[in-house]
Amino acid sequence: MTAPFTTVMAGAAAPGQPTSPKNVPLRGGEPNPSAEALRAQFAGAIARVDVVCGETSVIVDRAQLLDIVRWLHDDAGQQYDYLSDVTAVEYRDPERPLEVVWHLRSLPYRRFLRLKVLLERGSELSVPSVWPVYKGADWLERECYDMFGIRFDGHPDLRRILMWEGYKEGHPLRKDFPVRGRFSRSEQLRQALSANPEARYSMEELSIAQAFEDLPDDMRRRLAAGGTVGE
Amino acid sequence: MATTKRTVEVELSTTGLDAQGRPIRRPLVSDESGNISTLEAPPGIEPDFEGEHMLINIGPQHPATHGVLRLVLELDGETVVRCIPHVGYLHCGFEKTAEYRQYTQIIPYTDREDYLNSPGNNVAFVLGAERLWGIEITERCKVLRVILSELSRIMSHLVWAGTTCIDVGAFTPFLWMFYQREAIYKLLEDWVGARLTTSATRIGGMAADIPDGWIDQLKHFTRTFPKVMREVDSVVTRNGIWVGRTTGLGVMSPDEAVNYGLSGPMVRASGVAYDVRKDFPYLDYETYDFEVPVGTRGDVYDRYLVRMEEMRQSIRIIEQAIARLPDGPVNVDDHRVILPPKSRATSDMESMIHHFKQVMEGPRPPIGETYVAVESSKGEKGYYMVSDGTPKPVRWRIRPPAFVNLSAIPKMVEGHLLSDVIAINASIDIVMGEIDR
Repeated sequence: MTAPFTTVMAGAAAPGQPTSPKNVPLRGGEPNPSAEALRAQFAGAIARVDVVCGETSVIVDRAQLLDIVRWLHDDAGQQYDYLSDVTAVEYRDPERPLEVVWHLRSLPYRRFLRLKVLLERGSELSVPSVWPVYKGADWLERECYDMFGIRFDGHPDLRRILMWEGYKEGHPLRKDFPVRGRFSRSEQLRQALSANPEARYSMEELSIAQAFEDLPDDMRRRLAAGGTVGE
Repeated sequence: MATTKRTVEVELSTTGLDAQGRPIRRPLVSDESGNISTLEAPPGIEPDFEGEHMLINIGPQHPATHGVLRLVLELDGETVVRCIPHVGYLHCGFEKTAEYRQYTQIIPYTDREDYLNSPGNNVAFVLGAERLWGIEITERCKVLRVILSELSRIMSHLVWAGTTCIDVGAFTPFLWMFYQREAIYKLLEDWVGARLTTSATRIGGMAADIPDGWIDQLKHFTRTFPKVMREVDSVVTRNGIWVGRTTGLGVMSPDEAVNYGLSGPMVRASGVAYDVRKDFPYLDYETYDFEVPVGTRGDVYDRYLVRMEEMRQSIRIIEQAIARLPDGPVNVDDHRVILPPKSRATSDMESMIHHFKQVMEGPRPPIGETYVAVESSKGEKGYYMVSDGTPKPVRWRIRPPAFVNLSAIPKMVEGHLLSDVIAINASIDIVMGEIDR
């Protein structure tokens, strides 16, 4: 049996006791000190710093995102060691850019920071993956890709996660996606009834039992071309 | 026999193929015209398993996966070499639907995502909405919400402990736990009228004040519950089978646990004292006296100990909350978000307008965004809401703790036995309603 872990205390580097936020102003207020540090370190890559509802949002350049995240994670004065969330926001205004949002926490300093990358309409929807820094980003980025179609460059396994792999209707959380889906109810019913209810396996999974070699020729060709086993 | 493409799938998913590529058992297959027949295995060929890895599929319809989780496992003998989880079978599109709902109409959706912890989710959502509106709730409301959150935590941990005992082979604690859970449901039923899907909170207040005599019932619960905890303790905690089946499994070191984004009892069992109530407090949690239990080995057994201790600490918090519960109004006096009393809405012009506006259009928040996280029973539950000034949110994001915790399962089950996968999976405390949303 391995030796017991030593306890890691959150807030080890933060002075004083935290208190519940009270009378938080909608705009303005004290920004997170990390925002100033980021400006000093990555002057050209910080587009704007907003403080909304007491939370600091830093809008950063897409090209330098991974460097910024790595610096925030590694720097002794920041120590953003915890990735809370990765998500995206699409506004109803079709002119406004898409926002990809990272919520970071520094457990030792008890800080909370929001990073944003703006993706202009018509530009390529891709941002660097933060998976090399935070392993927890794996599924969060996959979900964001699934729901918004934003590619995370450098992600080891960027597949759909909540929708199935053969899902043809696009990315559900985009504003141009109708709330009831792109296809009519009768078409959705037809697809559901014609789908193969048996469990499906990916190429990777089929290679486990060396089952791939045992498949019929046509199915092997289809799989090698990127198809799925079902349907 | 002309078989369809479907045949191979049936063989793979139900029985697997042997080394010669022939079905090990005889699965049912259908041919082109839909006739069902069995595949005849040629006689005299013994399967040869030497050196081959096996593909095992668990779920999505398997009682030990606690919902519709599907795990595809690569086994070498009985040891897990690789685990590929599949989720999404319960995806309901809550986040998409919420973009077409007013803020008050979203509260019932929070019941249904993590349905074992619904009162806690209600509290989390309205905290976010109040941050957006800039509303300061009353003291009585704060204390009532603390009681609600802690009852919700106990409720959820009871289900976890009961079902995990079943997974590992103990049945009696399950009955004791569910009996106590029933007692909490009775309390909630007396308060808000619902048991599972409570919708107990409103923006700026609560759905209802507590009824007369409710505090006495709650006191009765806080007195009797620790006795049941001691009984479970005496049956389970030092039980040889329980200890043997849970120690040393699914170990996550403190660094890994933080890097994988684990939260709640999962990260605390790994020795990281991160609790949103302590480190990013809300509802004046910093004024309550309670401990954050921390594990030392980060295995399934530690997760059990942490959750058991959390229930005792929750009882402590509830007792303090009862002692300080102030009198006074529950709801804020702000008719942007709180409906005026019906009697005034029918007699007073201004109240009627407020009532009409709220019901027909819904309350309008200012333009802004906020991410509010609470410590739910599973971990850091965050709601990120973005408003463009209309009564419906542009984006309502749920930060699902169980989803992130589950994403570490390939790391945790690697190298363990197949039967330990069930115990490790149970220790994550997954609720598929929250993972798939």
